[in-house]
This record gives sequence, structure tokens and C-alpha cells, in this order.
Amino acid sequence: MAAIELRNVTKKFATADGGTYTALKDLSLTVEEGQFCAVVGPTGCGKSTTLTLVSGLELASSGEAVVHGQPVRGVDTSTGFVFQQDAVFPWKSVLDNVAAGPLFRGTKRSEANGLARDWLRRVGLSGFEDRYPHQLSGGMRKRVALAQTLINQPRILLMDEPFSALDVQTRAIMSTELLQLWDQTKPAVIFVTHDLEEAIALADKVVVITAGPGTVKAEFDINLPRPRVVQEIRFDPTFTRLYGQIWEALRDEVDEAYTRTTTLSRVAS
Amino acid sequence: MSDTPLRSDAPMAAPAMADSADTPTRPADRPPSRRGRRNARRRVLMAAARVAIVVVLLTVWQLAVNAKVVDPFFWGEPSGVWDELVSWVTVGTPQGSLSEQILVTLQEAVLGFVIGVILGVVFGIALGRVRVLAELFAPFLKVANSIPRIVLGAIFTVAFGFGIQSKVILAVVLVFFGVFFNAFQGTREVDRNLLANARLLGASPWRVTREVVLPSAFTWILASLHISFGFALIGAIVGELLGANKGLGLLIRSSQNNFNMNGVLAGMVLVAIIALVAEALITLLENRLLRWRPPQYHGAAAVE
Ligand SMILES: Nc1ncnc2c1ncn2[C@@H]1O[C@H](COP(=O)(O)OP(=O)(O)OP(=O)(O)O)[C@@H](O)[C@H]1O
Ligand SMILES: [Mg+2]
Repeated sequence: MAAIELRNVTKKFATADGGTYTALKDLSLTVEEGQFCAVVGPTGCGKSTTLTLVSGLELASSGEAVVHGQPVRGVDTSTGFVFQQDAVFPWKSVLDNVAAGPLFRGTKRSEANGLARDWLRRVGLSGFEDRYPHQLSGGMRKRVALAQTLINQPRILLMDEPFSALDVQTRAIMSTELLQLWDQTKPAVIFVTHDLEEAIALADKVVVITAGPGTVKAEFDINLPRPRVVQEIRFDPTFTRLYGQIWEALRDEVDEAYTRTTTLSRVAS
Repeated sequence: MSDTPLRSDAPMAAPAMADSADTPTRPADRPPSRRGRRNARRRVLMAAARVAIVVVLLTVWQLAVNAKVVDPFFWGEPSGVWDELVSWVTVGTPQGSLSEQILVTLQEAVLGFVIGVILGVVFGIALGRVRVLAELFAPFLKVANSIPRIVLGAIFTVAFGFGIQSKVILAVVLVFFGVFFNAFQGTREVDRNLLANARLLGASPWRVTREVVLPSAFTWILASLHISFGFALIGAIVGELLGANKGLGLLIRSSQNNFNMNGVLAGMVLVAIIALVAEALITLLENRLLRWRPPQYHGAAAVE
């Protein structure tokens, strides 16, 4: 049984002028138990929307999202979601932010704090326990968000450009760290990114989504050996070959999306 | 005092009360806790200038009275107001000691304020969170908000008598709507990402309300508290004007009946002092509760 299955999902949004906008169209995607799946695609193609369908925050207009064999009907707390936008609680200290999940789930305060300290150490934020989010850098906040989600040891892990706010070095360190953490509990992962190198370095499978309405254009299996060291893997010849293939598929969509926005703005002006 | 001299939410901004409560007060920018030395000097200068303005105004007034340009029978005079205050403090008022009058009014205002705020927050958040409730009650609230609530004071005085009860209820009614609309708006404006995050992290609806909705609506609620205490005070004073045994409102009323304008003005000075002290306390509370917010003024917490 697959961990995550999207069966021909279509998602339509109501627009301001009373019409509908189709963000996803007939998208099908399967992620096996313990599989790390990266999703790439041009901006606005519906990657975030896909994740909200899997998490149950939104329901599909047609088609079905299935998690562990159960159709998704609402939010399931065994799913972890690292949002694209800042979603840490600004009124909670860093420690309280990370401890929030266990506390919500009924863990005792002292125990939750202990867990949270441990996770803060893992994301390299020891010593920042008492800060408020606005006193952190964007990258640090992102790491708080990561710790906040991972502390719950989700069976399904959805990550929406989690490293986009990080500098290149931290990003490489965090990627390696993420792979180690993932290896410990082996959740099924959908990892959205714009960075193709990152996608290949991390994933078992890279999925290319078409320019909106989004649907799967192509899937690529990444047969690079694990454990991987993210900083070095890009020199592997297989990596280079895969990069060429996937970029080929992705480029058309990016061009398409770009042309569309520029023509739109030309029409508008 | 406050550094924004033209704040429209100063407690005595009373006249618009009947119809303005449905436009939620925007959260005020929080004054910074720390400033540079230059700012400190600027503040001292500012305060001095303000005091100077008051002194000049009072002097002109007094001189105009002395020169018989202004008739103190209608308009009072600063020295007379001062004498009145001194005599109230040393001798007492015609209706008992001054402290008793102040305490009664304060008690009415504070009780009305606390009850009104609690009801406003609870109803605001409940209706903001539960769509059905909002739909159900919206027309009632619109109607209730459109009647000039101060008139209810007349009914309350008859129904609940000359004691503090009628004043407290009037104050509650005046406070409720402002707080309610702000709490409602604040609840509606909670960041959807934060709500989604809390739910996925495992929070029950009740904990989402308590740990996400409440703190994030606090900015709005606290902004409404500044005007709300003013409303509570108005409720207490108007209630007393309409009929009471004790209180500052009665003191003002009986001074008016005796054509003692200095007494009326002295009463107003006392009410203003109470309002200003309350305003300062609420600002303190605001700064404490909103500690997590980034400072919004340039150079505030950057140099430590
Ligand atoms: N709540 C909504 N209401 C209306 N339209 C929406 C809504 N959410 C998303 N959309 C539209 O759906 C499309 C897909 O949005 P989505 O956020 O999934 O894109 P994305 O692939 O994550 O883009 P990016 O890479 O820039 O984050 C966009 O065109 C967006 O305008
Ligand atoms: Mg997105």
C-alpha cells in the first residue's frame, strides 16, 4: 500500500470575478512508504496546492487524495507540514514553538521541553531557546519550523521549499541533516523545491509538474546510492546525466509559464 | 504621556460613541521601550512645550476673566476651579468626602469595564470562530449597535435604581460593542497559515482558540481597550448625572444645579485625571502582553 496516492485530482479555486481557476488538473502521483519524492515545476503551477490536498487542509474538487489507504477527509495529525510561508507562532519563544506539537498532543511540559531542546540542538539553534521569532533571521525561523514539524515524527512529511530562505552553505548542511533524520524514521516525503540540484540530491524520485493547471509531466527515478553527502553528489556522473534529462523536461514548462505571465502583463498594460 | 499627540482614541473622545463602535479600532503602534539620548532630550523638550501651552492657556483665561472679558459665572475661572478642588480635598464635598465620590465612580467604571471587556472578548471570539453564530447574531448586533446606547441609561436608572448597579450596566453596554467588534475582527484576521500549522501540529479547536486566535487577536483587543475605559467612565458619569446618591457625576450635577461652573470644571478635571491614569495603565499592560512583537520604531531595540 502506497503511503500517499493522488488519483486524478483536480482543484479549482473560486476567483474574485465569480469564475473558477483550475490550479490542478487530473494530477496523479504515488509516493511509497519511506520514499523521498521531490516535486519541481514552474512558479504558480500548483505545487503548494498539491501539498494542501495531501494534508487535508483543502479538499480536491474531483479525484481523490489517499493517505495510507484512507481517503483524506480533513487534517490528519500524523502528517507534518513545513509551510512555504512563515508559520511559527510569533508570540511563542523558540522553545515553546518547538515544544508546541508535543504539548498539543498531551505530552508533559518537562518532557516536551526536553524534546524541544534536543531538536533545537539538531537544527543548530541551541542557545536561542528564549528568543522570539522576530529576533531570528529568516533562515533561523525556517529551522525552527523544521524542528517544530519533525519533533512530532510524522509518518507523512510535506515540505514546501523548506530551505529557500537559507544560504547555500546552511542549505547543504541542513539537507544532509534532513537525510539523516529521514533515515531514522523513514516517513514518506513530498519535498517541493525550485532547486533542481537539491531535488536530485535528496530524492528517490523527482516529479516535474507542468505549467498551470498543474499535472504530472514526467517522473524520474534517482538511483544514486545512499547515504548521500549532498555537497559531493553533484560531481557524480549519474547526477549530471539526470540533471540534463530533468532540466530538459522542466525547461519547457518554465518557459511556458514565463511566456504566459509576460503576455498577460502585456495584455493588461 | 503618549507620544502621538493627535491620537483619536483618547479616552474622552466621547461624542461619536453611538455610531462609531462598529468600525474596529486599528491596533496602535506600540511605543518603543528604549530610545537614544537624543530622543530622550527631545521628549523633555516636548513635555516642556506642552506644559507651557497649558500654562499660557490658563493664564490667558484667568487674565480675560480679570479684565472682565469672560464672565466666570458662565465659564468659570482657573483660580476658582483650583479653590474648589482644594476645598473638596480639605473640607470635603457637600455629599461626603471627595475620596468616597472618586471611589464610587471608579468602582462603577472599573466593574463595567472588566465585565464589558470579558463579554466583548468572549462573544467576539466565539462569533469570529463559529460562522453559524456570526450569521445568526449579525442582524441583532447591527440593530443593537445602531441605537444610541447612552439613552439606555435612562431606562437602567429607573429599572435598577440610584445605586451603582445601573451605572455598571450602562458602562458594560458602552464598553461591550467596541471590544466585541475588535475581538471579532481580530479573530477574522488571524493568519490562516498559523491556524493550519496549529491544527497539523495536533491542537484541538479549543487549544487553537486559546493559543493561536487569542494571542493574535490581542493586538486588536488591546487597541480597543484604550477607548473602552473612556466609555466605561462615560457610562458611570452619565449614569450618575441621570440619578445617583454618590459619585463624581453627581458632584458635577449638583454643582451645575447651583450654577457653580467652577465645580463642574473641577469635576471634569478629576475625571480627566482618572482617564489619563487608566490610559497609562492600559499602555503598560499592552506593552507587557505584546512583548513578542517586533519594535516598530526605527532604532528601538537594535542598540543594546
Ligand atoms: N486560495 C486560492 N484561491 C485562488 N487561487 C489560488 C488559491 N491558492 C492558489 N491559487 C492559485 O493556484 C495556482 C497554484 O498555486 P500554488 O500556490 O499551488 O503554486 P506553487 O506551484 O506552489 O507556486 P510557487 O512555486 O510560486 O510557490 C496559482 O495560480 C494560484 O494563483
Ligand atoms: Mg508554493
